Amino acid sequence: MIRGLAGPVSEEPMTTVLRARGLARKYGRRWALRDCTLDIPGGHVVGLVGPNGAGKTTLLKLAGGQLPPTAGDITVLGGRPAGGAAQLARIGFVAQDTPVYAGLSVADHLRLGAGLNPRWDAALARERVERLGLDPAHRAGRLSGGQRAQLALTLGLAKRPELLILDEPVAALDPLARREFLQGLMEAVAEHEFSVVLSSHLVSDLERTCDYLIVLVDSRVQLAGQVDDLLATHHRLTGPRRDPDRLPAGQHVVSASHTDRQSTFVIRTEDPIHDPAWTVSRLTLEDLVLAYMEGPAPAKGRPVLEVRR
Amino acid sequence: MIWLTWRQLRGAAVTTAAALVVLAVVLALTGPGMASAYSTGITACVRDGGCPHFFDRFFDDYEAPFQATTVIVLVLPALIGLFWGAPLVTRELEAGTHLLVWNQSITRTRWLAVKLTVVGGAAVAAAGLCSLAVTWWSAPLDRSAAPGFTLMDPLVFGARGVVPMAYAAFAFALGVTAGLVVRRTLPAMAVTLAVFAVVQIVMPLTVRPHLLPPVTSSFQLGPENVDSFGKSNDEEFPRVVLQSALPGHTGAWVLSSRLADPSGRVTAPDGVPAAVRVSMTSGPCAPSPQAREGAGGMDACLAELNRLGYRQLAVYQPFERFWPLQWIETGAYALLTLALTALCFQWIRRRP
Repeated sequence: MIRGLAGPVSEEPMTTVLRARGLARKYGRRWALRDCTLDIPGGHVVGLVGPNGAGKTTLLKLAGGQLPPTAGDITVLGGRPAGGAAQLARIGFVAQDTPVYAGLSVADHLRLGAGLNPRWDAALARERVERLGLDPAHRAGRLSGGQRAQLALTLGLAKRPELLILDEPVAALDPLARREFLQGLMEAVAEHEFSVVLSSHLVSDLERTCDYLIVLVDSRVQLAGQVDDLLATHHRLTGPRRDPDRLPAGQHVVSASHTDRQSTFVIRTEDPIHDPAWTVSRLTLEDLVLAYMEGPAPAKGRPVLEVRR
Repeated sequence: MIWLTWRQLRGAAVTTAAALVVLAVVLALTGPGMASAYSTGITACVRDGGCPHFFDRFFDDYEAPFQATTVIVLVLPALIGLFWGAPLVTRELEAGTHLLVWNQSITRTRWLAVKLTVVGGAAVAAAGLCSLAVTWWSAPLDRSAAPGFTLMDPLVFGARGVVPMAYAAFAFALGVTAGLVVRRTLPAMAVTLAVFAVVQIVMPLTVRPHLLPPVTSSFQLGPENVDSFGKSNDEEFPRVVLQSALPGHTGAWVLSSRLADPSGRVTAPDGVPAAVRVSMTSGPCAPSPQAREGAGGMDACLAELNRLGYRQLAVYQPFERFWPLQWIETGAYALLTLALTALCFQWIRRRP
């Protein structure tokens, strides 16, 4: 049991934890996720970011096996999600709003975790509950939002998964509880070496924790890659006003904004930028994500450009 | 999983158990007294021949508790469907806890199977115990019940023997199914109540009479099956009103009881007074002061009607079929329960 846990992660850190091919999911007539092709390597803390309603929860539920895909396919840790109890045991999932049984005590939750998970780490669970200062006899319904989230995280961690998926775990928490939650998560990752996929609509939550980023906008994956690589290949160019079509071939425009005399582009390129007309500046992770959310067609200034052409 | 299911059921189970214990205590305290009153009454009436009179009086004395216990057994399955069945899944969906439990190392199918088995088992046990206690308690009353309250009568039939367990299982499965389909507790409860009520009305009215082919037979007229005999002034012939009772077949469930004329034709529908061509000015049916007083005059008149060839034409289920019908109906509800359960499993696999 324990052997299989640390094994694949430490020996081959690049195993794919999540592989999606043309994955799509429709609710009624609305596509919640479209044409999603992804390979998430193992051993990362992956941030899934995008505006509300972009399809983050859908993607995570597909990965957790709570939703069947409408089209395409997905494998998680090499297996089909919800492929049975053995597959479920390998994946931890902390759902949005971190639900817990309001009528059950903290101790009851640990007991249900112990009863329902073959790899349950009772010592870890007990220790975490102690460290968090949760009273085992306390009913979960009376816990604060932060404590409830911590309890849900404890259940997810003590399951000793190979991949832990967290859907907006800190969305409802105050800044302090957020930090404590993410800190607890990072400590556990450092100690037990498992992969994490964590979604948020706030980049600031992910900035400190993630080393891999996926940007999901309008039900499509816009960007996926290691944070360091992404930051190294994206640049902000500021200079005299210019049509995006006139940029060199290797430079892909992520977003563009224009004033009467000036243009600002966020571009992705592997090549060095030689044009002396540009002032090149580095992007923060937040700038990068926002650039992808804005997209290459800003409303302002666009009609003017078309008149010029 | 069994522990978790039990832990979630605990509150409701304890409440139900407490209510059942109260009922059992009340029945246990009053039952033996009633049984001994019945047996002394029987011994006495067998000696003086007034048993029909004793039955009437005995049943009248206990009619209120008799009806109350019957209603309890009839209502319990509905309550189980409403408060155990419908919220079983919807409560989890509404609180989001399904996402917690479905992400433990247990498949949804197994989760639902355990929930259905444990809670459904408790539901059947509760209904079974309740029915057992009431069936035991009301045995003397069931033996002396007036027409309309005998064991075979639709309402009493559903509150005795093994069928309450089947009703409870069905109501529970119905509640769970409604919850899975509707996904909200209150609407699911409303749907459960409506469907269960319809099934419980349709079953005795249209299905149960045909679970076994009913018996059709004709009977001579007598005091047991004739309710009234009389003539209004503007009519030429008197009219007979029949009772839903059969001579020599006490406790039979009479589905229809009509008067057939000497040629064997039925002249009036069930429950409607039927004309008989017999003279009321002379002969045994002529009203005379002495005849009207005693029962003898009426008997003579009925004998005259029998001689003319009038008969009661009855369609009925004999009392001996109580247990066969109980088992068949239990089987029918068990099949319905299985079908609903299969639907539940299919639904939980398909739906998020």
